[in-house]
Amino acid sequence: MMISYNIPEEKVFLSGHNACPGCGEALALRYILNTLGPETVGVVPPSCIAIISGPQPYSSMRIPVYQTTLEASAASAAGIKRALDVQGKTQVNVVALAGDGGTYDIGFQALSAAAERNEDIIYICLDNEGYMNTGAQKSSATPWLAYTTSTPGGKPTGKKNVAEIMAAHEIPYVATATVGFPDDLTAKIRKAKEMKGMRFIVVLTPCLAGWGVPDSQAVRVSRLAVDTGIFPLYEVENGRKYTLNWEPRGIPVDTYLRTQSRYKHLTADQIEEIQQEVNRNMTYLREKQ
Amino acid sequence: MTAHRKLLSGNHAVSYGVMLAKPKVIPVYPITPQTPILEKITELQTAGELDADIMTAESEHSAMAACITASLTGVRVFTATASQGLMLMHEMLHYASGARAPIIMANVNRTIGSPWAFWPDQTDSLAQRDCGWIQYYCETGQESLDTVIQAFKVAEQVMLPAMVIHEAFYVSHSVEPVEIPGQETVDEYLPPFTPEHRLDPAIGESWGNVVNQEMYYRHRQDMGRAMEHVCDLAQKADQAWQELTGRGYGIMEEYCCDDAKVVLATMGGLAGTAREAVDILRQKGLKVGLLKVKLFRPFPVFQVRKILSAIPKVIVMDRNYAPGTGGFLHQEIKAALYGLANSPEVHGYLVGVGGVNVSPENIMDLVNRAMAETAFPESVWVG
Repeated sequence: MMISYNIPEEKVFLSGHNACPGCGEALALRYILNTLGPETVGVVPPSCIAIISGPQPYSSMRIPVYQTTLEASAASAAGIKRALDVQGKTQVNVVALAGDGGTYDIGFQALSAAAERNEDIIYICLDNEGYMNTGAQKSSATPWLAYTTSTPGGKPTGKKNVAEIMAAHEIPYVATATVGFPDDLTAKIRKAKEMKGMRFIVVLTPCLAGWGVPDSQAVRVSRLAVDTGIFPLYEVENGRKYTLNWEPRGIPVDTYLRTQSRYKHLTADQIEEIQQEVNRNMTYLREKQ
Repeated sequence: MTAHRKLLSGNHAVSYGVMLAKPKVIPVYPITPQTPILEKITELQTAGELDADIMTAESEHSAMAACITASLTGVRVFTATASQGLMLMHEMLHYASGARAPIIMANVNRTIGSPWAFWPDQTDSLAQRDCGWIQYYCETGQESLDTVIQAFKVAEQVMLPAMVIHEAFYVSHSVEPVEIPGQETVDEYLPPFTPEHRLDPAIGESWGNVVNQEMYYRHRQDMGRAMEHVCDLAQKADQAWQELTGRGYGIMEEYCCDDAKVVLATMGGLAGTAREAVDILRQKGLKVGLLKVKLFRPFPVFQVRKILSAIPKVIVMDRNYAPGTGGFLHQEIKAALYGLANSPEVHGYLVGVGGVNVSPENIMDLVNRAMAETAFPESVWVG
């Protein structure tokens, strides 16, 4: 899968936003919002996304955006969708755009409940594997051994598998995506847009400052995450139908880990252990298909 | 349907008021002793008598989060809660008023844990007095029904949320004859909710993103200005309701206050007991009156000063308690009377905290006690 460079876009996400130069998340927002189009209402909790969307009276998003509290994104989105529906405005997409802290951690109760109710919303988690907006603290999306300012010795536990947990809710659509594969990302947004009910997409978005990555490397790191098998691209329909969208090229995890200073303290044994874990995960995922 | 009478619990009376006000989205979560409100609403919806989307949230926090956005998307919204549920909502209560979402919420006053208890005590809602919500305290199911409809009218004029509050069991589960107004009466009284600003791609307006210090300052000022209109608008809304239905309550009720030497001041169900005590004491020749405070937020400072200015003694009875400051109504009345030339002596008594029964005899004893002692600055525990 190569980048096609001709992804159809409707200009919803605009330049002049407040993201760091080279930010993976801003790129993800561009693909997501420009694919969803202007008939959309966004819900954004505190996160880098809130900063990127711009301070009053400015907005980088040419849609109504409701900024909610950190734990309430799914419930807030559900309230908007239901109120639009009772007014007959059923064609409007309601999309929650939350970070991993707002999804895996504090927002998970509301998210799980929205999934159980099969709310007719699209929930997108822009996963940069930590509380990056507050200066890189650990979240439950932070991988094993990664340095953060709240785990300076490396995170002692692994990353929560949010895609599998959401798939277990048997909602219409769960997918993983990342900015290094924009064709795949936008195809998944288009597919989600055409569906009804609860749709959940977790998008890996490298954080340059939080991961210790040079400004120019977000896309490369994102592609390595997929090609090493650390972050496989797949989708799950109705909790049952698994599709692996990209066969990882089998690049050793070491190549990915070495691109980021958050892993610079890792020993050869630890890297080998991560490799074994990734191999096990890929086997498990292939068996699910 | 035309106006008719039914035997209803206080909670079911609220549900009928909700049905008549025609909210379009109702996010709600069960909690004792609120649950009968929810159950009657879902029953009315299933029977086709209430055309609303009911969102069975997984928590009060999410229920209020959805209330706010549904309201901002341009529809009338209702929810109900009590006690711990209201505590869990606290963050979103501020968020709702800041978003200027005119949500109406019924709160059934119940003790807050720990320890666990289920009894009538107003501390849950009074602890939310600074959240930017209008607060009405009701004495009967009929009053709660009527107030739900009035609250929508007031809240939607000032774009602030409002709580309609009554106490656990004494009001929530007591069954009394209640008049259910006709739908046409309510439709005439309460116009459809069609806010100019709302979340809609056709309009393009957003809400909630970061503001600077100056904008935040002005926003809080605007909320204050809206609150300033509430006493007047609530008074007018009540008068208009009285003209249509014959039932009015005022924002506060003065009972036998004209020539009174002592006035009992309280809120909610205790007002009924106090009224009975006043009647008995009047028969005994004691000039006692009652001030029932119905609208607590905004606190009707000028009305309180006017009513109490010539009264020698005021006895405030609080079925609520804030450790370190005392009874909430006691604090508010003292503050309202500050600087008044003929300020009454204000006695504050903590009665019925935790749902302890307060009889007319207890209240008569309290009057005798107050007559015999000088008021303390702090609230005093009785018994």
